[in-house]
Amino acid sequence: MGLTFLHAFHKRDTIQYPEEKAKLSTRWRGRIVLTRDPDKGERCVGCYLCAAACPVDCISLQSTEDENGRRYPDFFRINFSRCIFCGFCEEACPTYAIQLIPDFEMAEYNRQNLVYEKEDLLIDGQGKYPGYNYYKVAGMAIGGKDKGEGINENPPVNVKSLLP
Amino acid sequence: MPTIYIDNVPYEVKAGKNLLEACLSLGKDLPYFCWHPAMGSVGACRQCAVKVFKDETDTKGRLIMSCMEPVRDQMRLSIEEPEAKEFRKHVIEWLMTNHPHDCAVCDEGGSCHLQDMTVMTGHAYRRFQFKKRTYQNQYLGPFLNHEMNRCIQCYRCVRYYKDYAGGKDLDVFGAHNHVYFGRAEDGVLESEFSGNLAEVCPTGVFTDKTLKQHYTRKWDLTMAPSICHHCSLGCNITAGERYGSLRQIVNRYNGEVNGYFLCDRGRFGYEFVNSPARVKKALVRSKLPEAVSRQEALQEVTAQLKNARLIGIGSPRASLESNFALKALVGEDNFHSGVSDTDYDLVNMSLKILQSSPARTFSMREVEKADAVFILGEDLINTAPRLGLAVRQSVRLQPMETVMQASIPYWQDAAARELVQDQHGPLFMATLTATKLDEIATAAVHASPDTISRLGFAVANLISAESPEVPHLPEEEQALAEQIAQALVHAKRPLIISGCSSGSEAVLEATANLTAALHAQNPETGIVLTVPECNSMGLAMLGGHRLDSAFAAIHNNYADAVIILENNLHRCADKAEVDRFLGKAKQVIVLDHLHHATSEKAHIVLPAGAFSEADGTLVNNEGRAQRFYQVYPTAEDIQESWRWLSQIGQALHVPLMNQWENLDDVTHALIEIEPRFRSLEAIAPPAGFRIAGQKVPRETHRFSGRTAMFAHHSVSEPKPPEDPDAPLSYTMEGYRGQPPSPITPFFWAPGWNSMQSVNKYQDEVGGHLRYGDPGVRLIEPGQNGTHRYYHEAPEDFQPLKDHLLVLPLPHIFGSEELSCFSPGIAERAPKPYVALSPQDAQMYGLEAGEILSFTLNHQTFRLPVKLFPELPLGTAGLPRGLPDVPFAEVPAWAIILKQEPAWKNQPHTIS
Ligand code: SF4
Ligand code: SF4
Ligand code: SF4
Ligand code: SF4
Ligand code: FES
Repeated sequence: MGLTFLHAFHKRDTIQYPEEKAKLSTRWRGRIVLTRDPDKGERCVGCYLCAAACPVDCISLQSTEDENGRRYPDFFRINFSRCIFCGFCEEACPTYAIQLIPDFEMAEYNRQNLVYEKEDLLIDGQGKYPGYNYYKVAGMAIGGKDKGEGINENPPVNVKSLLP
Repeated sequence: MPTIYIDNVPYEVKAGKNLLEACLSLGKDLPYFCWHPAMGSVGACRQCAVKVFKDETDTKGRLIMSCMEPVRDQMRLSIEEPEAKEFRKHVIEWLMTNHPHDCAVCDEGGSCHLQDMTVMTGHAYRRFQFKKRTYQNQYLGPFLNHEMNRCIQCYRCVRYYKDYAGGKDLDVFGAHNHVYFGRAEDGVLESEFSGNLAEVCPTGVFTDKTLKQHYTRKWDLTMAPSICHHCSLGCNITAGERYGSLRQIVNRYNGEVNGYFLCDRGRFGYEFVNSPARVKKALVRSKLPEAVSRQEALQEVTAQLKNARLIGIGSPRASLESNFALKALVGEDNFHSGVSDTDYDLVNMSLKILQSSPARTFSMREVEKADAVFILGEDLINTAPRLGLAVRQSVRLQPMETVMQASIPYWQDAAARELVQDQHGPLFMATLTATKLDEIATAAVHASPDTISRLGFAVANLISAESPEVPHLPEEEQALAEQIAQALVHAKRPLIISGCSSGSEAVLEATANLTAALHAQNPETGIVLTVPECNSMGLAMLGGHRLDSAFAAIHNNYADAVIILENNLHRCADKAEVDRFLGKAKQVIVLDHLHHATSEKAHIVLPAGAFSEADGTLVNNEGRAQRFYQVYPTAEDIQESWRWLSQIGQALHVPLMNQWENLDDVTHALIEIEPRFRSLEAIAPPAGFRIAGQKVPRETHRFSGRTAMFAHHSVSEPKPPEDPDAPLSYTMEGYRGQPPSPITPFFWAPGWNSMQSVNKYQDEVGGHLRYGDPGVRLIEPGQNGTHRYYHEAPEDFQPLKDHLLVLPLPHIFGSEELSCFSPGIAERAPKPYVALSPQDAQMYGLEAGEILSFTLNHQTFRLPVKLFPELPLGTAGLPRGLPDVPFAEVPAWAIILKQEPAWKNQPHTIS
């Protein structure tokens, strides 16, 4: 009895949602976004790894390429009515493009509205991992970065030279 | 059989192999790069190291490259020994120091041998902190993408391209750690087999450019076993689909047929399936709008046909089942073959020869083992490309005997090639004009079909007096005939190759005589005949009347309605005649997957499934029936032609067709009515076949996006479509072990994601598939022992004044109808032209590029001249089947018209 009274005067654990918002840590796994690299380019290169990692197979996309060879997703769809917010996609992503963010307020009356397309997913910022730019470390040439201009790369080999 | 001990476990292995092959055949996981089962070992990559021990007491052992070491009895080796493992891990780490951080954007990813081997060796973390080497890429044409940074210098590409496939324009350049694999300068890769580089290269340096246009990872494809529809050889392919479009064709190993390689027409010709010219909806021309639903179309067809007198025209590019369904619907007397007159005669004759010839028709594997080859009238690289590649291997056989005598194992590729240099075994070619195989021929002559036939007859006469003598043979040809006869008689497995592409019965007669003569002396003799289309042989076996008689039936009012099955008649008869026929018929119903000149004129068009949307059987030139399976459920109202036809048959109450529900029903009816197709029973497991109660999945276990790919239409996932025709499911659920070979949708094994996983599906590496290579042979030699010698060699060819004998010139890119709808193939196809020998051109006062006008079968042609120095005098070459060159029955004499002044720029063709 005493204990019950004691607890009655303790600080409340219950949060008065929605008036009061929960404090979520940055690594909280909520709504999924697609981020951009520091140069504002789309980070996602359409590698399909997130889709393969997804245990409920709720990610589907089609990669395509711009005229300079940069890959990006033509469409990118997540069916949030299936997503279990496990974060495997984020772990699988080699470019830090796909990220789970601390937002869970995505309830809908109509299940169809839980199907998010690229327009709904793509944000303007870099999300949790600022600074990373996949194309700077990959070997492919894209617009604005030719062969040998990436980080830690030598200039392209002169095949005709016999010098060591 | 020698016994070897691998990690102290004894195994029986085949003698004469190397250790790597032996280990892989036993199912061991031993990494490798430079070794290839079709190309042998060079020991370039150092990846396949194992430890061998002197005897049981030896604990130190020594490291060796398993691909370079022959199997010896009582040999002891270890794959698992720590030092060997460490060594392999180091090798990969070195290879990876310069490898780009590209997997995410690399088309090889997910089916990459380098990825697989890296994981297998356990190299997981890059310690090398210095700068990476980079290269510029090259433009290599419409088929292949080049990304040189990814190269690991295994040399497989050049060994395949130059040594195996005889290519000239890919090489290795530069020195030390700067070596470069590519062309001397940017440009289209010339080899007709370049696409195989995408599979041969263990990394993403060479990748399929057509796949890149709609890139999909291997694990995301819905795949099914299929058969290439682009020539008569019937190479086995795996076709993959995603989001309703066909994405990629890869090789499907068949030990008897295509082995590890395809030609570029087969690999890149698939895009016609995604072409905008596809028929997707049933069209009833009398309605507005024309497009109607499947039901309406069927009702309309039934109404129109109820009281019609119906004939049917089949197709050499439609499946056996579809042709049979049409034959069943219209009745035997009203079924016509739908091929040109020349092709009709030649294919029927080929079939007759194969059935009565005492010699076996060789599979491509056997062709590779033939030690003397004589080719009559066939430009193989352009008519049956993969066979040309097989012939290229056969000429290595005789010189390899020196290699054996020097006790060098045959798989020691570098040593063997060093010893052989450019010696070739006997290969004789008699063709219309220069071909790409001439360079490896012992002797190559270029002549008119009659001259070729006479040479064949002469050789046959030298071997057996039963074959007639050839009168007035020039001395030169007599000498050549003697040389050829010598070579053939002394060979262990001589082979005669011929076919329909020279358009000459005389050539086939000579071939038949020659094979029979040779067979009387050597029962190992083989024969191979190529036919024009993927199912020409099947159609001929099914029987059918000439196209002419179909025309006559309509003109004589014997019939008033016609069903045309997957056929553009404008490609097999003169335009005027076809148009007159189509104009006269009251009802023209066309079933096809592409719009073309014939479907334009049809009253009703029904959308048929292309090869990737249909199940069926094709009979290749060898008489091998092979099943192809639907890859993905069809969109809209498309369905297999045989299904359309059986629905029509049921609506019209054709008794035979009443019970037809699925493919097996059609096949069974076929077997019952035509007993010569009896072996079809064994072609593949029936639709009801299950393993442990399960179907075989068309999708990999990693297939992604299942719950999202259609979510934009409706968030509730639809029930997966059923397949009534095959024991394959359209989903990822089902039996995960190795299915029977004819229904293997893709090759994959744990740890082996790339194509090289096929090792695990073979009885021994490079051998036959486990459970047998797919396909059943319907033609066996001399079944009825009816071979009779043809009695007369033709007269020699004589040029005619103001005339040229027009001969068909086949083109790998351009001559085949379907592949021309694929942009890459269309880009490689030649522009319309007429070929002349320089002397003839001079006589008519023409230079290359100027217009030659001539009439051929009442049609006038105006085509720019190309000079072919090897073309026989008095003949001209007309490219076969080019979309912009109107059909003309050839060989035929053309009347040369007075030439117009050169400055007048004429359109290419008129008709
Ligand atoms: S894993 Fe990342 S880069 Fe790859 S497709 Fe998914 S979001 Fe894009
Ligand atoms: S070649 Fe293989 S390992 Fe290299 S980037 Fe491509 S997928 Fe990755
Ligand atoms: S390009 Fe490919 S096949 Fe050729 S050496 Fe490099 S990795 Fe090997
Ligand atoms: S050789 Fe013929 S069957 Fe084989 S891949 Fe080429 S076109 Fe197809
Ligand atoms: S596979 Fe043995 S050294 Fe390359």
